[in-house]
Amino acid sequence: MPAKPSWLKLVMKVLPLSVLLLLSGCSERFVLLNPKGPVAAVQKDLILWSVGFMLLIIVVIFSLFAIILWKYRERPDNMDYEPPEQHGNTVLEIVWTAIPVLIVIALAIPTIKATFELEKPPKESRGVEPIVIHATAADWKWIFSYPEENIETVNYVNIPKDVPVEFKLTAVGGMSALWIPELGGQKYNMAGMGMTLYLEADHVGTFKGRNSNFTGEGFAHQTFDVNAMEKEDFYKWVKETQASAPLLTKKQFNEIIQVGVLKDQLTFSGTHLAWVDFAKQGEHLENMPAKEKHGTIKLEEVEQKDDSDHQDNREQENHQHHGH
Amino acid sequence: MKWDEFFVTGEPLIYMADAAIVLTIIGIVFVLTYFKKWKWLWKEWLTTVDHKKIGIMYIISAVLMLFRGGVDALLMRAQLTVPNNTFLDSQHYNEIFTTHGTIMILFMAMPFIFGLMNIAVPLQIGARDVAFPYLNALSFWTFFFGALLFNISFVIGGSPDAGWTAYMPLAGNELSPGPGQNYYLLGLQISGIGSLISGINFIVTILKMRAPGMTLMRMPMFTWSTLITSILVVFAFPVLTVALALMTLDRIFGTHFFTLSGEGMPMHWANLFWIWGHPEVYIAILPAFGVFSEVVSTFARKRLFGYTAMVWSMVAISVLSMLVWVHHFFTMGSGAPVNAFFSVSTMAIAIPTGVKIFNWLFTLYKGRIKLTSAMLWSLAFIPTFVIGGVTGVMLSMAAADYQYHNTYFLVAHFHNTLICGTVFAVFAALHYWYPKMFGVILNEKLGKITFWFFMLGFNVCFLPQYVLGFMGMPRRIYTYPADAGWTELNVISTIGAVMMGIGFIFLCINIVYTYFKGERDLTGDPWDGRTLEWSISSPAPHYNFAVTPEVKGLDAWWLMKKERKEGKAEEPEYKPIHMPSNSGRPFIMSVFLFIAGFGLVFEWMSVAIIGLIGIIICMILRSFEYDDGYHVPVEEIQQTEARRE
Repeated sequence: MPAKPSWLKLVMKVLPLSVLLLLSGCSERFVLLNPKGPVAAVQKDLILWSVGFMLLIIVVIFSLFAIILWKYRERPDNMDYEPPEQHGNTVLEIVWTAIPVLIVIALAIPTIKATFELEKPPKESRGVEPIVIHATAADWKWIFSYPEENIETVNYVNIPKDVPVEFKLTAVGGMSALWIPELGGQKYNMAGMGMTLYLEADHVGTFKGRNSNFTGEGFAHQTFDVNAMEKEDFYKWVKETQASAPLLTKKQFNEIIQVGVLKDQLTFSGTHLAWVDFAKQGEHLENMPAKEKHGTIKLEEVEQKDDSDHQDNREQENHQHHGH
Repeated sequence: MKWDEFFVTGEPLIYMADAAIVLTIIGIVFVLTYFKKWKWLWKEWLTTVDHKKIGIMYIISAVLMLFRGGVDALLMRAQLTVPNNTFLDSQHYNEIFTTHGTIMILFMAMPFIFGLMNIAVPLQIGARDVAFPYLNALSFWTFFFGALLFNISFVIGGSPDAGWTAYMPLAGNELSPGPGQNYYLLGLQISGIGSLISGINFIVTILKMRAPGMTLMRMPMFTWSTLITSILVVFAFPVLTVALALMTLDRIFGTHFFTLSGEGMPMHWANLFWIWGHPEVYIAILPAFGVFSEVVSTFARKRLFGYTAMVWSMVAISVLSMLVWVHHFFTMGSGAPVNAFFSVSTMAIAIPTGVKIFNWLFTLYKGRIKLTSAMLWSLAFIPTFVIGGVTGVMLSMAAADYQYHNTYFLVAHFHNTLICGTVFAVFAALHYWYPKMFGVILNEKLGKITFWFFMLGFNVCFLPQYVLGFMGMPRRIYTYPADAGWTELNVISTIGAVMMGIGFIFLCINIVYTYFKGERDLTGDPWDGRTLEWSISSPAPHYNFAVTPEVKGLDAWWLMKKERKEGKAEEPEYKPIHMPSNSGRPFIMSVFLFIAGFGLVFEWMSVAIIGLIGIIICMILRSFEYDDGYHVPVEEIQQTEARRE
């Protein structure tokens, strides 16, 4: 019989290590702890606040557990020890009910505050008029429409830095979720529903966005790029696009939303909002794509694109539009 | 429909599975015929209404399903080990994670727990059987044929692939054509009947059939957990039944409850699913709490600390479990007030759960802790479940959940609670009650090897997944690019999964070894137990108790043993025992349910109608049945009891 269970030692070693890894949020790989905007920053603070309490609980219970297990394990010399019949201890039981209650209160208050706060544009840029972008998830690509600028992009979205973005979320097809971890948490895109998600970037750069809610075969490839740029660069891009990008036609749009993976990043002047609003129930039904049979979509081609063309495309586009 | 659409084709893995299935069936038929066991199979097992045999059949099915679900898990881990892997394609991966989730929850965890309840509860309360033995058999066979229907999908017609949550509109006809999703609906519907009946059966059994003197507050903790779980089943499962029926109508008969067209509302499915689904995870975890309470108390040789608080905390958990379902979709945009409410109600569950953890710790305190296999599983549960618990609290914080949602952080969390809770518990319970089921003790050495492989494997597999969540890895993706930076941790995770697989193999070796060479339990009380099941011989005789025991307090058998030491025992006086007769009808009726379900899956209405007619005929025949059971004669009781040391 092992004197001290070695798994306990292992757990005690692995756990703080992984937590340390987590807390070293400076590492860019931990996107949840690497905020590039005020929304993600609120969420990071909340996460770290809770991690502290959780570590405290873990330390207390693990130590109690280790001590009790070590001290009261059966040994050859205590075989005739008969444990006492304890019924309980009211004081102790009140203590270990009260402390969790206090911890829950300590977590609930900032949670509720943050939950209400995230329903509005970030307070850092109060007074700045948000830019409205409709984000439509189709199986399996992302369509971004700028109603005021009259631009539509596919699989990438350009946003100005330090301006709140009011994403209008909807979908055509499966329920998806728009998620840009470095800018903030996700919300669902649902067909026949319109929802609002406020995000904002306070750094310039390209961030990864994706659909995080399972929608079938091409789900893993339904990603997009978010290019946060200086305001003047953004409006330069808007002007250029309005002038030079091809006009989006109904026919072309209906091809884009057919079920299938699309990896290309496309740019159009004009938006599909001119003739259809998927956020309105029932309106999109004639355009609703359907899958004919399972397993018909060739994903191998997509994977190749993923590695080569896609990168080139992005670079090209960056060059053309905002001259990075 | 063409034959190549009826059978799944085109995958070497599937052809291997086809071959394995055919060979297994031929093997079983050969063995049964060669050893002339068909009659034995029918008389002893297929028609039995004995709660212990039904329990054993539940557990055998659950172990088989654990194998199936585990293979699914290993295939997924194999696919995710390296980036851009082409071992599985997207469609195949989606089918596998869908069946993995559905099977593990509904066809592994649930039947394992029902099996344990069947074996232990009547014995713990001093009863001869459950309240409705015939219904109990029907429960098992509906579960069995529901599970069978679900499982054949991967060779016939194609598996469901919309996730075990089957969110609409993805699971609708437009985006999931074909029979796959129908298998999910009908398989769950048929086995759901069994769950609901079991729930009712155990409530009545526990409320009406306790031995004299066993007040509610003298019931063993596992019986308490069964009572509360059964009440949850009765409240939660009808919701699933209705939701499944509505989606079946949508898919097969063209209604518009959850569809996008015809003003259907896909969000209703998510709500209904989780109104059932959240209580469901507590249906899986509360009996686990019961098992740990029994095992910890037995092997610490101490009465359970804070018994009353343990009972009330379970009641509190069960009530709260009905009030938290929205935390599964904070991101559906219900608004801040709704999310805030469900955040707090979810966090509140941590309070009674914390009370339970401390009560277990203080049951150990001042005890004499014997590290048997059953106890190792129970001890490992405490720290590992705490990690699952605190990460649950982190997920409950709505604003933070917008980031965690749909990531591997979530995946790690629910595996942490369901494996360290339910799976550790069923393994502990298997070791603990094995002597009562089969009269032999599972090998301790092999048991400990299983434990170390599985428990360490679990931590190696799932702790990295928390970190992957923080790195933004979403769940349910079948592949990821190399530059995502997730590779190393995925490799580690797969190593852990393989270790768990090795642990499972040792469990199977243990079962086989124990069958041939296991140490016999001649005392009926191998662990120096505290509750009534240890007062009878092992394996438990089919009538359970020769004389109905009289209960004088909590841990009734412990008190009896004390009294016997003081020489107060009396000679028992045997009377004939009334027992229920076997019946083949639950089995036959479930076969018809299977036929009806299969017909609906392929939308072959004539087959479905044949099945339905069969079911109705079975019900009519049952209504005109007059069978009052039979009596076990005194001589048989004397003979059986005399065999015990």
